Amino acid sequence: MDTSTVSSRVRLRPAAANRPRRTGRRRIGKATATYVVLLAGAVVLIVPLLWTVSTSLKDQSQVFTYPVQWIPRPFKWSNYSSAFGTAPIGTYLVNTVILTSIGVVASLIGSSIAGYGFARFRFRGRQAMFAVMLATMMVPTWTVIIPMFLMFQRIGWLDTYLPLVVPAFFATPFNTFLIRQFFLTVPYEIDEAARADGATRWQVFTRIMIPIARPALLIVAIYSFFYYWNEFLLPLLYLQTDKFFPISVGVANFASAQQQNYPLMMAIATVALAPPVIVFFVFQRWFVQGVVVTGIKA
Amino acid sequence: MTSQQLSLARQEARAGYRWVSPWLIGFILFTALPLLASFALGLTRWNGVGTPHFVGLDNFIHLFTADPLFWQSLKVTVIFAAIYLPISLVIGFGLALLMNQRLPGMALLRTIYFLPSILTGVAVAVVWGFIFDKNYGVLNWALGLLHISPVPWLQSSFWVIPALVIMQLWGVGGSMLIYLAGIQAVPTDLYEAATLDGAGWWSKLRNVTIPMTSPTILFNLVLGLIGTFQIFTQAYIMTGGGPNYGSYFYALNIYDTAFQSLRIGYASAEATVLFLIIVICSAVVFRWSRSWVYYAGRGDR
Repeated sequence: MDTSTVSSRVRLRPAAANRPRRTGRRRIGKATATYVVLLAGAVVLIVPLLWTVSTSLKDQSQVFTYPVQWIPRPFKWSNYSSAFGTAPIGTYLVNTVILTSIGVVASLIGSSIAGYGFARFRFRGRQAMFAVMLATMMVPTWTVIIPMFLMFQRIGWLDTYLPLVVPAFFATPFNTFLIRQFFLTVPYEIDEAARADGATRWQVFTRIMIPIARPALLIVAIYSFFYYWNEFLLPLLYLQTDKFFPISVGVANFASAQQQNYPLMMAIATVALAPPVIVFFVFQRWFVQGVVVTGIKA
Repeated sequence: MTSQQLSLARQEARAGYRWVSPWLIGFILFTALPLLASFALGLTRWNGVGTPHFVGLDNFIHLFTADPLFWQSLKVTVIFAAIYLPISLVIGFGLALLMNQRLPGMALLRTIYFLPSILTGVAVAVVWGFIFDKNYGVLNWALGLLHISPVPWLQSSFWVIPALVIMQLWGVGGSMLIYLAGIQAVPTDLYEAATLDGAGWWSKLRNVTIPMTSPTILFNLVLGLIGTFQIFTQAYIMTGGGPNYGSYFYALNIYDTAFQSLRIGYASAEATVLFLIIVICSAVVFRWSRSWVYYAGRGDR
């Protein structure tokens, strides 16, 4: 809240006349307190990441010295090559990129079609269907995972990426909601004008609506990227062959095999976390936008 | 309505069904049918091969009367939620209030706070497993600076839940941002009116900010509750549910029953109970929320 403008009015009112006026000094005091609290918190939040990177460059012996040495001496870059040599991390990364790319495209296609449908057409049962879709956001994965697994097993999809990406083509509720909200803000006249010019609904959608909806689609793409990059449970269940594993499963196996080798573990963790961190910083404005639009985090 | 308008409306409706049909098919295939199948399988004994053996409500009776692991996993999950949700609400909301000031550098601070909340999954669990290391972890080192003796975070069935709460709180920036959006949506004239009435900082918070953001708070609470019942990766990677089942979350129990012991029928019963818990909890929270959530003239949602 903006105290400075509010407090200037306070003086005008007898009811508040005896309240202490907010002087410049008080305001500075408040700002200082805010900074102290927030900066202390920021340091606490950043430490785990610094700690990870720092450990990833240490010699094993340095990990076990107290007090903590924050700057590795010397920088042991070879931890990274050792990590890549110990496990097929390159393969895991390539797999994750493939899986994530397909997943993002699938989410975009499925959710934008359904989102457009919910935003643009009047039909009986639309409200009910939309409510059902929102309600399914609350259905925990764990209540449906067993039959899904059995189903994918029956049709021979285990150990492929199909169970991981095919459902996204059928629209995910959160993304559909987000895109639908965006389309609701686009004037209907745009569709009508294009239709009057002889465009089919599909042409209106692909040539006009998709380009307009770029901001919403970008947010969906970012969220899907994080979902697929981080997802662990489903790959763990559906994939069996090491050479298909994404980085999440790879890191898990690596960690259980290398229990005490903290420098190598932190090196592979750094490799796994770097892409999300980079994407976060490149697109952080959009991210925040997404939270504001929907009030939901990924 | 003329017949031409009618046919146009019908055309539009038909097109509408076509456009949402992918969602509808996906909903039936990947949510509705699996949910029904879960209920049905919950009534059987089955190891995944051959035909399921119908046993009626036996699984449920056994769950509630003769399965200490079921109660343990429920206890762990509920305790975690009872500690984590209030703390994350208070910290998240408090941070949002602090961030909601026009001061230089706020955008940068917001970014720093938000970053950890998008980092989830295995790598983060591995990192925190090391942070919590009793002898060489950075947390005990920091506590040592305050002359607090090392805490066996992940080796004690008492400390493991607080440890996982701390780890989860690392991502509090996510809820902070949601609250911040809620707070910034509060019309400023409400604050001006409150000030004219002589309201102080606390009274404005209690009578304007909190009521006006209560839908956001409710929303976060419900999602947080559901999220707690889904916690899996952290426990699976860091503790395997231990020590002594101290972090045996409900989801871990389902995973073990279904995919390690292959007791498909029994695991489906557990999944069904989870579904009922979520439905009942959400219903209770929504009912309870009527007494404190304020919807400003919004009838449609």
